[in-house]
Amino acid sequence: MDTMRDRFIATTADLLDHDPRLAVVLADISAAGFAPAAERHPDRVINVGIREQLLIGAAGGLALTGMRPIAHTFASFLVERPFEQVKLDLGHQGVGAVLVSASGSYDWPAGGRTHMAPGDVALLDTLPGWTVHVPGHPDEAEALLRHAAADGDGKVYLRLSGHQNAEALPVAPGRFLTVRQGTGGVVLAVGPMLDAVLAATEGLDVTVLYAATVRPFDAAGLRAALGGRADVVLVEPYLAGTSNNEAHDALADLPHRVLGLGVPREEHRHYGTVAEHLAAYGLDAPGLRERIAGYLG
Amino acid sequence: MTTAAITPQQSGRPGRAGHSERPEQSGFADLPRLMSLMTGAEKHTAAATSTLDALWVLYDRVLRVSPETLRDQDRDRFLLSKGHGPMAYYSVLAAKGFLSPHLLPSFGSYHSPLGHHPDRLLVPGAEIGSGSLGHGLPLAVGSALGLRAQGLTDPAVWVLIGDAEFDEGSNHEAVAFAGAAGLDRLHVVAIDNSSATHGWRGGIAARFETEGWSTATVDGRDHEALYAAYTAPHPGRPHAVVARVEPKNS
Repeated sequence: MDTMRDRFIATTADLLDHDPRLAVVLADISAAGFAPAAERHPDRVINVGIREQLLIGAAGGLALTGMRPIAHTFASFLVERPFEQVKLDLGHQGVGAVLVSASGSYDWPAGGRTHMAPGDVALLDTLPGWTVHVPGHPDEAEALLRHAAADGDGKVYLRLSGHQNAEALPVAPGRFLTVRQGTGGVVLAVGPMLDAVLAATEGLDVTVLYAATVRPFDAAGLRAALGGRADVVLVEPYLAGTSNNEAHDALADLPHRVLGLGVPREEHRHYGTVAEHLAAYGLDAPGLRERIAGYLG
Repeated sequence: MTTAAITPQQSGRPGRAGHSERPEQSGFADLPRLMSLMTGAEKHTAAATSTLDALWVLYDRVLRVSPETLRDQDRDRFLLSKGHGPMAYYSVLAAKGFLSPHLLPSFGSYHSPLGHHPDRLLVPGAEIGSGSLGHGLPLAVGSALGLRAQGLTDPAVWVLIGDAEFDEGSNHEAVAFAGAAGLDRLHVVAIDNSSATHGWRGGIAARFETEGWSTATVDGRDHEALYAAYTAPHPGRPHAVVARVEPKNS
């Protein structure tokens, strides 16, 4: 199976062929994959080199002239490093862009902390108006990318990962999907967390929701899934608790409980594999089962 | 960084629609009076007016943009990156009819569109919001790329920066890339009032020249010299004009 990043490159190349408003801005990452598209569209596939402030600034400038920019690099260098550019060169100018990241929180554990961005979604939460997609499968990534590219001048963050689920779900932007129904609480799995959540909740009487879009947060979908019990576990592939406030807001008029699971805040100074890191974070199926069953049991 | 010492006048609450009353166009001699509507002083420090001549010559003789063409896709674009001390900029916009001089006394007040840093969503004629330094040049690079990608090879993109603002590393990302990409519709005006803490050994222009830009360094008070530098041909290369004025703390 291809990766989400492979699919991003192939889909964007196709979109460039059909929508003259689109332009891709790169900072060396994935530039080789975009070489054929750059040959066809030399003015709309722009590699600024390893210059991430310019990556976002140039995207803002493109948008000021009416283009729809898609800017891409690793999450660490797309959101964290040029964060003020994201705030000012897009939001404050009143223009939009599609930011497409790769590597997420733990995709390259041997690369260490410098290439891990578990705080990206939390950072974007400090800014108004961002849509945040966290697909769990290349098919979902493609659908959400096509939606984002056509989404007017919206500010859209598409968070891609090498970690993915075995099967795609028919995601629709902004709506949670019900994957399993039960009566003993709700577990919301975000993006690549779904397979582990399904394994972890096997045999438990809980509802499992799936989110490939976390901002806006589908508060109505969460409330509709509650049944008689307003106990919610969030399982996110980035900083633990990032969506806690959204869940609390959705349930503000109810007595409720929320447990936020995800990547811990503490630096984890180990290398190794994705599987080893997920186990260490308690995000593999056994770790999730213990914590979910303990909370909802 | 702070703006020059000014005392904004608090006044009434004008609406934000700067075009509601068509202002008459004014000349260079009117600019001190227009600035005084914001500063409350007839005489201004060199720092407060460091951009005044450079802005005036651009808007009066070079930029192909007017209140009537402000929405045209083939207009020239001027991006004020050095958003500190925007009184000269607002005065020029008022003199050229982009905004009503009646708005100027509201400078900095709650309902005014005119902040101590410009906001493009509030100021008629402002292409970008600025204030945090080092954002205009990258935005200008993207604007030049966007126009080129749309086949609009005629409109020019101008951005005004300051010599101290040039400290910000984002400028250097943009200068190197724009030179390599040969963005020949991109133009920089660098106002040099010797305010960079560590200076620029060898001059600011050298930073642009090294990256393949065309450059000119002129007296930033000499209108003919500014005009000549602004209109010098620079085929295939972006162009930087360093406008030297009195040192900020002289």
